[in-house]
Amino acid sequence: MTEEIIIAGFGGQGVLSMGKILAYSGIMEDKEVTWFPSYGPEMRGGTANVTVILSDTRISSPVLHEFDTAIILNQQSMDKFEKAVKPGGVLLYDPNGVIHPPTRKDIRIYKVEGTRAAVEMGNPKVFNMIVLGGYLKVKPVINLANVERGLQKSLPERHHKLIPLNLEAIRKGGEILEAN
Amino acid sequence: MEIQDIIKPENLVYSKSKLQVDVISHYCPGCSHGVVHKIVSEVIDELGIQEKTIGVSPVGCAVFAYNLIDIDWQEAAHGRAPAVATGIARTNPDKIVFTYQGDGDLASIGAAEILHACNRGENLVVIFINNGIYGMTGGQMAPTTLVGQVTSTTPMGRTVELNGYPLKITELIAQLPGVHYCTRQSVHTAATVRRCKNAIRKAFQNVMDKKGTSFVEVTSTCNSGWKMTPVQANDWMVEHMFTEYPQGELKDNDKKG
Amino acid sequence: MGELRLMKGNEVLAEAAVRCGCDGYFGYPITPQSEVMETLMELRPWETTGMVVLQAESEVASINMVYGAAATGKRAMTSSSSPGVSLMQEGISYIAGAELPCLIVNVQRGGPGLGTIQPSQADYFQTTKGGGHGDYRLITLAPASVQEMHDFVELAFDLAFKYRNPAMILTDGALGQMMEKVELADQKPRWTREEILARSGSWATTGKTPDRQRNVVTSLELDSEKMEQNNIRLQAKYQQIEENEVRYEEILCDDAEYLMVAFGTSSRVCQKALEVLREQGVKVGLLRPITLWPFPSKVIGEMARKVKGILVVEMSAGQMVEDVKLAVFDACCCVPVAYTGRMGGILPSPGEVVEAFEQKLLKR
Repeated sequence: MTEEIIIAGFGGQGVLSMGKILAYSGIMEDKEVTWFPSYGPEMRGGTANVTVILSDTRISSPVLHEFDTAIILNQQSMDKFEKAVKPGGVLLYDPNGVIHPPTRKDIRIYKVEGTRAAVEMGNPKVFNMIVLGGYLKVKPVINLANVERGLQKSLPERHHKLIPLNLEAIRKGGEILEAN
Repeated sequence: MEIQDIIKPENLVYSKSKLQVDVISHYCPGCSHGVVHKIVSEVIDELGIQEKTIGVSPVGCAVFAYNLIDIDWQEAAHGRAPAVATGIARTNPDKIVFTYQGDGDLASIGAAEILHACNRGENLVVIFINNGIYGMTGGQMAPTTLVGQVTSTTPMGRTVELNGYPLKITELIAQLPGVHYCTRQSVHTAATVRRCKNAIRKAFQNVMDKKGTSFVEVTSTCNSGWKMTPVQANDWMVEHMFTEYPQGELKDNDKKG
Repeated sequence: MGELRLMKGNEVLAEAAVRCGCDGYFGYPITPQSEVMETLMELRPWETTGMVVLQAESEVASINMVYGAAATGKRAMTSSSSPGVSLMQEGISYIAGAELPCLIVNVQRGGPGLGTIQPSQADYFQTTKGGGHGDYRLITLAPASVQEMHDFVELAFDLAFKYRNPAMILTDGALGQMMEKVELADQKPRWTREEILARSGSWATTGKTPDRQRNVVTSLELDSEKMEQNNIRLQAKYQQIEENEVRYEEILCDDAEYLMVAFGTSSRVCQKALEVLREQGVKVGLLRPITLWPFPSKVIGEMARKVKGILVVEMSAGQMVEDVKLAVFDACCCVPVAYTGRMGGILPSPGEVVEAFEQKLLKR
């Protein structure tokens, strides 16, 4: 199994940390992982994206021109990465911030109303975990117990009290997932 | 009386420090370096720290200091001695580390390194030979060359318009809180040699006591570069250099409060 | 098995340095490698192993601090990125000339000049052909994964001390910023004074004791006859390193009809391109130099005799390709050697590499 994912949105949406939790969860499941971010000034408020690769075997390129899954959180990223999904692959997006929904017919497209659900949950910060939950519902590449262990490893001790909330957000994401 | 009757231990009035290596010095007759080397050798010997002392020699006339004083040495790139000494002292806090630098090395190409090492208060002795000229490369202008002073790159004398002012780096160094002791000495008379030795001994003692940077400028002559006899050079130094570079202590934290 | 973590390449350099018993790190901030010193400052190794970590006033100062610490027989290192490493060249030349062991890490970014903060491999020439003045060589290791960023720290120190020669880890912003699973080594103690004396007492500035002559660390020798002898001795050492320390990895080379040659991040991109080409039935292999100096010329020459074409992939205008061509030439072989790559901080994509391979070697 090799799963190549691009997560793209604005800086501040938790793009990089979503990728990090996914990657750490992969380690908990004994997978090889690579987390490759865009870095530099663009991170500060501009667009941010991260490539996450999970695999049972040695991982080759961190730089990819096509992906198994694209998780897209703003219009700029939609413009850039909709075309980079492999035929038959998955595109998952939050319609909040996406003006022109994806149009490809040769890929599987899913919607997660993460922004709205996060507000409903009373904590906009869990937005990225809701989206992650949607992704894990579509592609259960990692067992939820390992995601919890991944959270424990990637969050600093002082934030461990937030783990139950994050897990709830992940479950919520799975519930509100809609296929296009 | 035969000569053998005279050469007896009880008649000994002068000898080289046993840390001074028995080779012919490469310094010009009349140069201040030889005297300062002798003082450094004596101080290290008298403090009993030969086994703990590491010297960092500069680029300039003192580049070969390692041939003359019998301790472990490292030769630094031009101006970098304070950084090299920082690396030694930080990873070897049990050692007594000193740099020995000229004015081109310390005040020109190595201005950044000396300021920052002193500002960090590195536990070092810095011996700064200021003779206002580049001796080794053949007498070019140094940052401490006096206004009007003739050198091979200021053949009509240094002008402020072209070259700016003599850099009083020792005054600058004295301002830095990391510096524990800062003094300006010379070695042109027996009395000043004694005073200079006291200053250098104090500097080494400070480092043994881990008090931070101790900086000793020795205002010096370069009779070859200045194109004078040693005696003329001494007189010229007293008359001209001492006005720009006043002698004496600039800072001693031991005397505070 | 050591501790498993998800870490950035830059963070791992810091962890590995502490864990292998490094004595001192001296550095100056520059993107994309500032996490090395930041991580060290958070690890606070001076409280555990006694390792010194100091932010210098410049790269010029940091390499000279390394020069000072290394002269005392300690394991000292610095890290920087391309413009900072340019500033260090004077110090590196002195360290090589004085035959001191130390580690320098270059997390490369695109140049020339201030350039970009994005990854690049354009310092290959600077690293393997000199960089500073004089006839000297740097043992150069090129990691291709975060795990190798970890493993090569101790390896670089071992090689540096084995040959009394500076060693460099030549990596790039991609590997520095990338996180991967890494197995951390167990903590090793720093060398004791006795161990340092046993290993390096004959040359290091450990303080002159009555039982030996004074040790002088210098690269200066004004007598040209003696200086030539110093150079001859250095060259003999370099030849020994070339004979003993060449490291490389071969991927699917056994049945290869074509060969790709790439190091570091580029080699990862090539692995993907190779998968794509193999799926199309093209028998292509990948040779990844791990030591850039000494360069695996011999094995490349041997491979050249077996294949129909070679593609060198670099994040530069084509630097290592010159060494590949020399290796092919030395093997008296006339197989075509092509280059592809990107510059200015852009990584070639696997698709671009496949396309270049098809155009340049398959003439499609």
